[in-house]
Amino acid sequence: MARVEQVLTPSPDYDDDIVRLFFWATVIWGLVGMLVGVIIALQISWWPANLGLPWTTFGRLRPLHTNAVVFAFAGNVCFTGIYYSMQRLLKVRMHSDLLSRLHFWGWQAIIVAAAVTLVLGMTQSKEYAELIWPIDIAIAVVWVIFAVNFFGTIAIRKVKHLYVAIWFYMSFVITIPVLHIVNSLVVPATLFRSYPVFAGLTDGLVQWWYAHNAVGFFLTTPFLGLMYYFLPRAAERPVYSYRLSIIHFWALVFLYIWAGPHHLLYSALPEWAQTLGVVFSIMLLAPSWGGMLNGLLTLRGAWHRLRTDPVLKFMVVAVSFYGMATFEGPMMSIRAVNGLAHFTNWVIGHVHSGALGWVGMMTFGTLYWLAPRLWNRELAYPKMATQHFWLATIGIVLYTISMWVAGLMEGLQWRAVNEAGQLAHPMFMDIVHRLMPYYWMRFLGGVLYLAGMGMFLFNLIATARGPAPRTTVRAAAAAPAA
Amino acid sequence: MSDHQTTHGTESNYGQFHRRVLESRGGLFAVVTTIAILIGGLVEIVPMYTAGAGPETGDWVTPYTPLEVAGRDIYIREGCYLCHSQWVRPMRAEILRYGEWSRAPEYQYDRPFLLGSRRMGPDLHRLAQKYPDAWHYEHMRDPRSTSPGSVMPAYPWLMRATISARDVQASVLALRRAGVPYTQVEVGGVENSIAGQGEEIVRSLAGAGIETRADTEIVALIAYMQRLGREGKAHLSTQGGGEE
Repeated sequence: MARVEQVLTPSPDYDDDIVRLFFWATVIWGLVGMLVGVIIALQISWWPANLGLPWTTFGRLRPLHTNAVVFAFAGNVCFTGIYYSMQRLLKVRMHSDLLSRLHFWGWQAIIVAAAVTLVLGMTQSKEYAELIWPIDIAIAVVWVIFAVNFFGTIAIRKVKHLYVAIWFYMSFVITIPVLHIVNSLVVPATLFRSYPVFAGLTDGLVQWWYAHNAVGFFLTTPFLGLMYYFLPRAAERPVYSYRLSIIHFWALVFLYIWAGPHHLLYSALPEWAQTLGVVFSIMLLAPSWGGMLNGLLTLRGAWHRLRTDPVLKFMVVAVSFYGMATFEGPMMSIRAVNGLAHFTNWVIGHVHSGALGWVGMMTFGTLYWLAPRLWNRELAYPKMATQHFWLATIGIVLYTISMWVAGLMEGLQWRAVNEAGQLAHPMFMDIVHRLMPYYWMRFLGGVLYLAGMGMFLFNLIATARGPAPRTTVRAAAAAPAA
Repeated sequence: MSDHQTTHGTESNYGQFHRRVLESRGGLFAVVTTIAILIGGLVEIVPMYTAGAGPETGDWVTPYTPLEVAGRDIYIREGCYLCHSQWVRPMRAEILRYGEWSRAPEYQYDRPFLLGSRRMGPDLHRLAQKYPDAWHYEHMRDPRSTSPGSVMPAYPWLMRATISARDVQASVLALRRAGVPYTQVEVGGVENSIAGQGEEIVRSLAGAGIETRADTEIVALIAYMQRLGREGKAHLSTQGGGEE
């Protein structure tokens, strides 16, 4: 097979400047997005934190938070990992340095435009697709630039076969513009305002087809790609099963796209569509756990390194949270469970076990692994990375537990009916007040996670500016990091 | 370690097939992936435009008036939908708390849809006429004055900011282009329509001792609040409600 010549081919001149740019964008936007998250958590616990200004109220900052963490933090880390690993997997420099730069600066300009317009109240109101139509067009243009660069690099590759990480990246590159363009079809009224071509429940269906698959193809498949590249590298073990990666890839990309209607259960959306959403959501458990198992079992024979290597700690917890969230998701799509969980904090907890647990921890593991290689320096404070790990883990646990309890509580109290057939808790406000201790607990969890993010930035800056170049990348990778 | 060595587990027949046919052809891999991700969306979305399979419509629902359109845009701008759903589910406790469950035709002119995904506050789909106009005015100015203990932010700028008829006309025209059945006459008469409906709300507020102008944002928002579920309530009460 094609393995021998790969080893013999001299290492091409990879473009790592672009990787470093996306790397810093990830950390900085992550810090901003999570800070806004902590602020809106505070606003729920303590309303004066809305500050009485139009642009600082919860309704304007919440979309800023979700867009910043999804498209700025998670988006930039996907691009970081893709630009680093693609060149190495395909043994070739990116197709075009110019396109790489246009992609980077275009994406960052979109993020800035998003931040400004959202706080000004310019929004299309669809969750994770709030941005106004001129920005939507810019996103489509920048994505085409990225896609040309991506497929251009595949076209000039020096390796015959595409490694599994590339399959997952490809599903990301292909699916995101399909979702984005369809869900953004609008008739403009002014430069800042527009109305969708879809109406009512059909508009809702299109939106949740989009939003559920933004989770699937923005927060899942590219991160599985990162897992397939960086986890084996960090563990220095081959991927557990090639066969499993084939099955779970195709099953995941085919099944995911159907699951959107589970966001509209018990609505007046036609019953058949709701049922399809439930059935496919439950089936999704299998390929999701296929990915989780393939990740975890890759560590066979390397588990002892978890004790010392912060990179593996982050990655193992990330994959475990992926498994947990992808069990919880199908369960929440079952009608009876959904009837209780929908509209409650349970959903917020579910989303954050995916976002903080899977996406966040995978990001930390990947960037901690990359930093010494991108700057040819030892990680400045390996012990601080371990402290960051514990802070983030405790933060997630506080977050998810408080939201589970709060969600179940409000869900049960909303529906409770007494023996006389009347609502047991007729005052909505009473239920809101009983949630307050859990809202504070969630706020604390968010603060811990954000504090870890601060340590992360500090450690990475210290690493990049550190004085001592490491002897060789290979030798340092073999030594325990802590 | 060579990057590519990481892929190897068992070689099986279909593994060999996959490797030979797909993994060595980037273009073919992309095409097959595209087909795989298109099927589900097509099967679910396209039938929404066929008579039998799509959401039910009804002639008992009318498009929003221009002032209500303006109010709805304010509702969207302030992100109200992030904490309030417009979706009463067909469940005993929800019907007790909010009223009749939400029917498909009630959404037929909603662009964008605003069903919501979270109830930080109560559902609003049966809000119409539940409270007088003055209650909404006070509630937006200071939520805790009408709802002690509320966690909702105050929106005092709605009392000062104004809407422009030209702006609303652009919205109504765009909605017409998108398919909402506004007539050419209605598009032309936006300014009068806004002033007429606004004046009614101004008078009702004046009755409660609140001085305001017909072109303020709060008046548009109140028009929208008092519209939410109004036609549904009227229609379902004549139908006997409950079953459908």
